[in-house]
Amino acid sequence: MISVQGLYKQFGDVEVLKGIDLTVDKGKVIVIIGPSGSGKTTFLRCLNVLEIPTKGKISIGDRQLDFSQNMTKRDIHEFRRLTGMVFQNYNLFPHMTALENVMEGPVTVKREAKEQARQKAMALLTKVGLADKAHHYPFQLSGGQQQRVGIARALAMEPEVMLFDEPTSALDPELVGEVLKVMKDLANEGMTMVIVTHEMRFAKEVADEVIFMDGGFIVERGTPQQLFTNPQHERTKKFLQLIQ
Amino acid sequence: MVKMYLSNVMLDPERLTAIAQSSLLPLVKGALYYTIPLTIITFLLGLILAILTALARLSGVKVLEIIARVYVSAIRGTPLLVQLFIIFYGLPNLGITIDPFPAAVIGFSLNVGAYASEIIRAAILSIPKGQWEAAYSLGMTYGQTLRRVVFPQAARVSVPPLSNTFISLVKDTSLASLILVAEMFRKAQEIASTNYEFLLLYTEAGLIYWVICFLLSIVQGRIEERLNRYIAR
Repeated sequence: MISVQGLYKQFGDVEVLKGIDLTVDKGKVIVIIGPSGSGKTTFLRCLNVLEIPTKGKISIGDRQLDFSQNMTKRDIHEFRRLTGMVFQNYNLFPHMTALENVMEGPVTVKREAKEQARQKAMALLTKVGLADKAHHYPFQLSGGQQQRVGIARALAMEPEVMLFDEPTSALDPELVGEVLKVMKDLANEGMTMVIVTHEMRFAKEVADEVIFMDGGFIVERGTPQQLFTNPQHERTKKFLQLIQ
Repeated sequence: MVKMYLSNVMLDPERLTAIAQSSLLPLVKGALYYTIPLTIITFLLGLILAILTALARLSGVKVLEIIARVYVSAIRGTPLLVQLFIIFYGLPNLGITIDPFPAAVIGFSLNVGAYASEIIRAAILSIPKGQWEAAYSLGMTYGQTLRRVVFPQAARVSVPPLSNTFISLVKDTSLASLILVAEMFRKAQEIASTNYEFLLLYTEAGLIYWVICFLLSIVQGRIEERLNRYIAR
């Protein structure tokens, strides 16, 4: 489903990603962990082309972007539609209701008929447990509710892969559970997901594979069982000790 | 002198009413036919110019940025009256003759465009980067992001300063009298030059400007209220 080859990203003089290779099979849930500055968020944003990699290739499904070559804006816009992004700070559109937020992508980007988009959006809001908040503006919702709308908004574009960038980091502890539950349901339905998170318990329960990144490299990868109980690398051991 | 004047007018209510009656209609006509249309047309054209200029400034394309900067600098750095005179009295030397009203439209639009572009630029910059990213992540193009996400939010921020520009514009249109546009203030001048009631007529014109601006500030309040509906209070 996802294949990444030799991905590099440089910000000015700083090389943040130093050659990432990764394949993810359809329906798998990948959790990326690592210290801050390890490049994990940058990597996720590269998958959504919010950051344009310096070089390397990313393919999702049967589409590929080769960043060593020139590409049009259109290529990028179309590639972005293959992935749905969930942000740490939700980034809901504040001037739209929850329902309008979810409808926005299908109506504006896919040119879907409003009525059809509305029904689909309503179904998605029901799925994330927010049917009764459809007509609320983001400022009237709690952080956990906003993030669930964020997930519904990304799902509305029917992406092949869902990307989550620390989706619970900005939430009060008591609101984390409701968001993780929605993500868990999604995983159980067979959605391909790449998640950057600090929720180790969630990673243990839901991930098919855990990836440890540090210094712009993938240091180690394995099943949660392997990585959490029997890490091979010194840096992985250190990191796990620090957070446990 | 003042006493004499006051006693003349005040003690002669009939004369006062007669002047007010005969001058009110021409003044209001001047406002309805020229001052208000000039303000509205100019503001809309100026706003389009301002949005284009702001986008040019933010485009990251050097040439566009420089053109926009020079334009804003030239307009803000020269008096409005000088600009109007160049367009109306100056351009004929190049063989370009423009009627008073279109000349005023051009002059005032260029002026509004320059000032409002800074307001709009600041408003666009005030929208958090995350909003752009969220829109892009849905597959939106630059244009779609501006139209659906950035402008609606930037509008809220820019209504108060744009209202200032609009209200200033209403009053600045009185300068069009100097390039022969038959707007309200010119009407007042014309009438006063025949009956010598300068104080009365200019005060009357001033009051009409005040009424227009007062009504506008009420409209501004309504718009702000509407745009603020999605903001926590």
